[in-house]
Amino acid sequence: MKKLVSLLLSLVLLISCNSSDDSDSNPEVSTTFKFTHNWDGALIRDYNFGPIQYVNAHGESIGFERFRYVISDIVFTKANGEEIELDVYNLVDLTNEVNMEYTPDTQIPIGNYTNVSFTFGLDNEDNAENYIDLNSASFNVPEMMGGGYHYMQFDGKFINSNNEEQGFNYHAIRAVDNVGPNPTFPQDTFFTVNLGPINISNDVEIEVKMNIAEWFKNPNLWDLNVYNQMLMPNSTAQIMMYENGQNVFSLGEVFQ
Amino acid sequence: MKKGLILIVVLLYFSCSDDDSGYQPTPSPLEIPEIFSTNIIPPVIPSDNPQTVEGIALGKKLFFDKILSTDGTQSCASCHSLQNAFAENLPTSVGVTGISGTRNAMPLFNLAWNYGERFNWDGSALSLERQAEEPVENPIELHSDWDSVINRLQNHPEYPELFQLAFNTSTITKELTTKAIAQFERTLISANSKFDRYTLGLTSLTEQELIGLDIFLREDKGDCFHCHGNPNNPLWTNNDFHNNGLDATFTDLGLGAVTGDSNDNGKFRTPSLRNLAYTAPYMHDGRFATLDEVINHYSEGLQNSPTIDPLMKQIAQGGVQLTTQEKADLKAFLLTLSDPSFLNNPDFQN
Repeated sequence: MKKLVSLLLSLVLLISCNSSDDSDSNPEVSTTFKFTHNWDGALIRDYNFGPIQYVNAHGESIGFERFRYVISDIVFTKANGEEIELDVYNLVDLTNEVNMEYTPDTQIPIGNYTNVSFTFGLDNEDNAENYIDLNSASFNVPEMMGGGYHYMQFDGKFINSNNEEQGFNYHAIRAVDNVGPNPTFPQDTFFTVNLGPINISNDVEIEVKMNIAEWFKNPNLWDLNVYNQMLMPNSTAQIMMYENGQNVFSLGEVFQ
Repeated sequence: MKKGLILIVVLLYFSCSDDDSGYQPTPSPLEIPEIFSTNIIPPVIPSDNPQTVEGIALGKKLFFDKILSTDGTQSCASCHSLQNAFAENLPTSVGVTGISGTRNAMPLFNLAWNYGERFNWDGSALSLERQAEEPVENPIELHSDWDSVINRLQNHPEYPELFQLAFNTSTITKELTTKAIAQFERTLISANSKFDRYTLGLTSLTEQELIGLDIFLREDKGDCFHCHGNPNNPLWTNNDFHNNGLDATFTDLGLGAVTGDSNDNGKFRTPSLRNLAYTAPYMHDGRFATLDEVINHYSEGLQNSPTIDPLMKQIAQGGVQLTTQEKADLKAFLLTLSDPSFLNNPDFQN
């Protein structure tokens, strides 16, 4: 009996110690993603909207009126390949500087992550969901254009080849053909943004930088005289946006 | 001495019991229509002004009472008529002095879902409560002053008791008066149009109405949805501010006069398309008498200006160039957003 009690006590101690050791050695921390925006290095804030003051790679002078986009599915990848995927999304609204910082509810263990990534836009599964906050923000894509949501809404003005101000609507969505009751989808146009390795040792703030000029630059030199409005049902334009989007994001400063 | 002490205790008890009687106004949370709860985020209800049965009843009485005007000739309802979905059938409103204002009275419904809480055409009121303050003193509206209004309400045979029931105090203030009006206004919910019932699977649309919806949603046709919402947003407005190409030069700066930012000149709040069958005339200055004129404006009538919204298309040609048939189809769809039950709701009638 004495031995049994001793054994039980030891077991209890062992289990409680293990649990304690685990939480001490691998505590979980919060991650905050801070979204900043620049034009080839020049910081862009909401107060920079309005005047035509930037020049894109093709040479058109442009100004911003409205800029917002969705990021989703944040993934932390460990050295052993294990992934911690957060099934989340955030509508970044630079126009009104809303949701410029996003802290997922889920905390992650400290550790050396070989990559941190997120999805620009929504993957097809997520894009089929009903998000009442995105509906409330009128971010939907009509059903005949594939439904779901905008990935990005970028409205502005540029000086066209006739030297006149003209509007543009650089709206990224899931590329669609055969707009109507039975749309088809030539290729996916959401994409993964890899920020690279981050060693997380404490609560961390990760700056995600977007160079807006890149949307007009590479690999497709964007001519706003050709592609300016009504681009949602234009799958060629959507695929070009997808290609140009590959290099717009980069990892900025990491504070912890 | 002992009797005196007992008397004091009894007096204290009764004096306290007036405040601590335990009376609380009866909560009356908004009944949120299914089409709202399944599609958009909850309404904005200020934590310091919860909906109550007594507050709503008081707000309704105040809304229809001409006591708010300087000469007792006008109420809120004088310019916000239920028959017009609480808008007005005049281009601009005429105040108690007979002077016309410069703005068309906006319709009142689904106001609790204005998430940005910027009210009026120019966004000058930063909450529904604050919105109710300004017309009382505006010389071209009710032309009164709040001190006089409070005095009249305080000396009224019914109002002190009604405020007591609504707010647990019979001391009337401007803040409590506008809180009550805002509570009533938040109950003005419209969610029973033909299109709402179509969305819920309760009815069908005609072929023409469906074609009109297609034109409304197509970016290469009407492209109305970027500002006026879509079937997943039953508000049919983004409550945001746009210059929709009405004028090449501005006599009314709209949002720009409020913010002081010239980039906002000529921008006005997007009105809901819901109930537009009842809300003519249209635009912030009531310049368009009919829905046909509105459609013609976006089709051929756009005026360029420095702040015109980039969502406006083919400006050099005047607009999106709809055919006569497309205009008729679009109009047919827009009329499905009418909710006649809203006009007949006895809770909204005086």
